[in-house]
Amino acid sequence: MPTPPSARGGRRPVAVVSFAQAQNQRREAHRNEVETLMPVFADVLGKVGITKDDVDFICSGSTDYLVGGPFSFVSALDAIGVWPPRRESHVEMDAAWALYEAWVVLQEDGVDAALVYGFGKSSLGDLSRIVALQLDPYVMAPLWPDPVALAALQARALLDAGKASEEDFAAVAARCRRSALDNPMAQVAYDRTVDELMTEDYVVAPLRRHALPPITDGAAAIVLAAGDKAFEWAERPAWITGIDHRIETHSPGGRDLTLSPSTAMAGRLAGVQDGRVDVAELHAPFAHQELILAQALDLGEGVSVNPSGGALAANALMAGGLIRIGEAASRIMDGRADRAVAHATSGPLLQQNLVAVLEGGR
Amino acid sequence: MFYFLHGARKVRGIDCEEVTVDQTAGADEGVLTSAHVLEYPYSRSVGPVIGAFLTGLRDGRILGASGSNGSVVVPPTEYDPETAEATGELVEVGPAGTVTSWAWIADPAPGQPLDHPFAWVLVRLDGATTSVLHVLDAPSPSEVRTGMRVRADFLPATERVGRIQDIRAFVPADDGGPG
Repeated sequence: MPTPPSARGGRRPVAVVSFAQAQNQRREAHRNEVETLMPVFADVLGKVGITKDDVDFICSGSTDYLVGGPFSFVSALDAIGVWPPRRESHVEMDAAWALYEAWVVLQEDGVDAALVYGFGKSSLGDLSRIVALQLDPYVMAPLWPDPVALAALQARALLDAGKASEEDFAAVAARCRRSALDNPMAQVAYDRTVDELMTEDYVVAPLRRHALPPITDGAAAIVLAAGDKAFEWAERPAWITGIDHRIETHSPGGRDLTLSPSTAMAGRLAGVQDGRVDVAELHAPFAHQELILAQALDLGEGVSVNPSGGALAANALMAGGLIRIGEAASRIMDGRADRAVAHATSGPLLQQNLVAVLEGGR
Repeated sequence: MFYFLHGARKVRGIDCEEVTVDQTAGADEGVLTSAHVLEYPYSRSVGPVIGAFLTGLRDGRILGASGSNGSVVVPPTEYDPETAEATGELVEVGPAGTVTSWAWIADPAPGQPLDHPFAWVLVRLDGATTSVLHVLDAPSPSEVRTGMRVRADFLPATERVGRIQDIRAFVPADDGGPG
């Protein structure tokens, strides 16, 4: 039996053994959340030849604010079926944090496998108003600042600091959308030059259309397995050799918006710099944020950043971060990469950040 | 939309309340409709620090919290965001300050502080070490830049109730720098 690569933190080695996602699209008009998730579960379990009864723990990430009803995640459980009763949990966050919770639970004896999923029908309401509700309820949300305007404040700070140009934003968008041409699950993919993108109008200056994420309906799921079970289910598991998440103040005015110290700290504690990085999937909903994240993680020249197209290709709320982990893990599992970094973000303007290092081992 | 309980009846042996719907609100003839208000009507208590900040706004003053290493956090928090230590006394800051970033909005959305074009701004108030998010009432984007001086324009005292909108907007202030 092969041995997993050594990991930071955690006493049991845990790996991603399967990943699946729904087709990302602007509006899923015909299926509700349960109907969207069911084929994703069939896919993620089927890839490793297991059933729901083979996992000991289920954890999901979603937000009631999209659905407009309390405890909407409970009805989503109908997609998997939780009878007989089983251990289950939920985070009102991107499902990357559900994966973190599952990773913690998998450190216990007797819990050997977990199903993690996230879903978001972003098309159900006015996303600008819904996302504004995540802000401080006393001094920010009452002003109804929309996420694009907030992102523009961050982009402007980068320009003012001389750390990036508008052409740099366009270059990120051009590369991500070009990479997305190879991603059949992507929502937005094209082959356009920086010069072409620079002719677009501003949505909110200094952000042009290309620097914004699409509004996406989507869902994704991952199976995690610990120890021998991972080798049993996957030929080449994507071992999580480090995972950490850190948070900054909720007030964007209290931070240097051109930096992401929480990403840097999480990356350091996850061991990003302990070896060569082949691939990095960074959850950067706005183009300029990829620049901030790559700098925080000190990714060198040779790293393939967002080969899936990243969040600029599809950005289902509450699933986009989990998909970054899934895309990174897929490249380990199929042998295209030996060592990958996955990142997820939550909150306004990169407030909270999770970094995982995934390795294939020998 | 109004609902009237219209007596009880039995459907397949089960006691039911019969509900009729007032259709005077414009529903199509014969179609049952109901209003579904999507909101979470939470009540919150604002606590000693945010509470003092909001009370200060009502009184036309802006308060910051003294944090670690000489920081003054505005809007104030009960802890220092860098060190997590409890913040100390509240100190008055502003009402003038310097724009640290901005974004022009040509088409304001419902609920935003101004119904004509404006700029979202982060403002470092004089005496503060962090910036506050608010709006700048300026005639055009060509008259907004990072580093410009602005000051808080409060609603009249009779209209202030202790909320962030008690600052109507920030306005350009050609005052030559921190006073």
